[in-house]
Amino acid sequence: MRKKLALKQVGTISMAVIETKNLTYTYPGRTEPSIKDVSIKIEKGEFTLITGPSGCGKTTLCRCFNGLIPHFYQGELKGEITAAGLKVVEHQISELARHVGLVFQNPENQLFALSVEKDVAFGLENLGVPREKMRKRVEWALKLTGIDDLRERAPHELSGGQQQRVAIASVLAMQPKVMVLDEPTSFLDPLGAKKIFEVIYELNRKLGVTIALVEHRLDLTARYADHIIVMDNGKVVLDGEPRETLSSEEARLIGVGIPKATRLYQILQKDGRIRLGNTIPLCSDEMASMLREALKSQ
Amino acid sequence: MIEVEDVYFTYPNGVEALRGVSLTIKNGDFVAIMGENGAGKTTLVKHFNGLLKSASGSVLIDGVDTRKVSVATLARKVGFVFQNPDNQLFSETVEQEIAFALKNFGFKERVTKRRVTWALNLLGLAQYRKTSPFMLSGGERKRVALASVLAWNPKILILDEPTIGQDYHQKEKLRQFILQMKTQRKTTIIVTHDVEFVAECNPRVLLMREGRIVADGEAQNVLTNPEILIKASIVPPQIAQIFIQLSDLGLPKDVIDVYEAREKLLKVSERSK
Repeated sequence: MRKKLALKQVGTISMAVIETKNLTYTYPGRTEPSIKDVSIKIEKGEFTLITGPSGCGKTTLCRCFNGLIPHFYQGELKGEITAAGLKVVEHQISELARHVGLVFQNPENQLFALSVEKDVAFGLENLGVPREKMRKRVEWALKLTGIDDLRERAPHELSGGQQQRVAIASVLAMQPKVMVLDEPTSFLDPLGAKKIFEVIYELNRKLGVTIALVEHRLDLTARYADHIIVMDNGKVVLDGEPRETLSSEEARLIGVGIPKATRLYQILQKDGRIRLGNTIPLCSDEMASMLREALKSQ
Repeated sequence: MIEVEDVYFTYPNGVEALRGVSLTIKNGDFVAIMGENGAGKTTLVKHFNGLLKSASGSVLIDGVDTRKVSVATLARKVGFVFQNPDNQLFSETVEQEIAFALKNFGFKERVTKRRVTWALNLLGLAQYRKTSPFMLSGGERKRVALASVLAWNPKILILDEPTIGQDYHQKEKLRQFILQMKTQRKTTIIVTHDVEFVAECNPRVLLMREGRIVADGEAQNVLTNPEILIKASIVPPQIAQIFIQLSDLGLPKDVIDVYEAREKLLKVSERSK
């Protein structure tokens, strides 16, 4: 896998927005590194899904993208990280934050203001965005995440799902070039989660925001991805195009939650009695239309 | 057994979280409570261990009114694992975290040790015995919180969003464990948004909306009914979505399991040949 990546790097002009080279990081007080020799590239405008078993190093990797590692978390870092053209080790978190927005797994770690509106405006205030422009951006972010009726409420009084929307809105408002989202909808109901993923996808397609999304629930997210990175035990074990990657035997063995539509396709292909097309489906719509064709043509 | 009779609950800020809930959960039941954010799911289960007491109506646990006993007394019988593990963890090491409640309940040292080891192994946490819970990943912290409750072997287990941050293997282990609970006639109640997990377990599903129960039945029936689901902000599981879309081809709508899906599809395919 690494050989293939190395070949890709030679000869092509890199458009990577995020790139790590042989990145190894150990938290203070730990003996074993949480990520080991990770070399990845996330291209400009790409929607990348990062997945893998619990404790595999996904969150740690995300913390490297916006400089939380090594500036906030100490510990031992080897290798290189570049984000939005900046060497992460050499730039402050505040500077990196203009380009790389991170939505945390636990929204309570992110929210602190007295009202939702103030929380969403906070990052913009810090950047010195003019008042009128700030107001517009805050409005836009509140609407898009469906929380404009919560603007006066105190974030700590909200439900987990509502807090997650606020956390997303506050990063959205900054309109960063790269959004890194660590299981951003885990507390949301399925319809709420689906809507948020659609918003993220729209940002990606319409505004060209590069997305790095950490998720276990591939049923909800695989369809949006251009690129999937699978980690296991601190290492990158699969890195490639979603349909191929998710249907590989390795993905199943590692315990990646393969979408059920994809799983049904695999099971039917193995059986062989129903003849299906060759494009591996990632969601129910794709699988349903494939089945419809197969059953009609018989 | 849990008996809930016409329970109403309003938070001090005026939010009416429960508006007349009645239900019975028998020993050995496996129940998934689902519904949109703010529907009252967590509020309801907090009544089962006495964390909240109903304003009107009653909640009986094995015949005892929760308003007449302390949370500490109920806790021995009703174990509760919160949605956010950080609300629950405080010890210096994973081992101490799991031992804490056991010591409080007066288990002997020897029993405590054995149970801690059992829980660590069950949840794949043995290598973190001496680690601080706060050094662990979100998914791992969630499992520590679960281990600390499973360790004292409660008769009724309430899990608020147990699958968050868990990978496929961990979810499968959780499913196996819940099935084991069932064979021991113990009750498991999960609050969850994870439709795919529920589809794999096929428990009894209670669907809530605006403080009321709007559907109560087997997962296979509830999760394949789009009209009801949309009201509760639930998206059907992928297999159900496929079968709902293809129902005009003579396929049944109520399929949520991937192997059952294969059988039904092969049958229709044979017929049309």
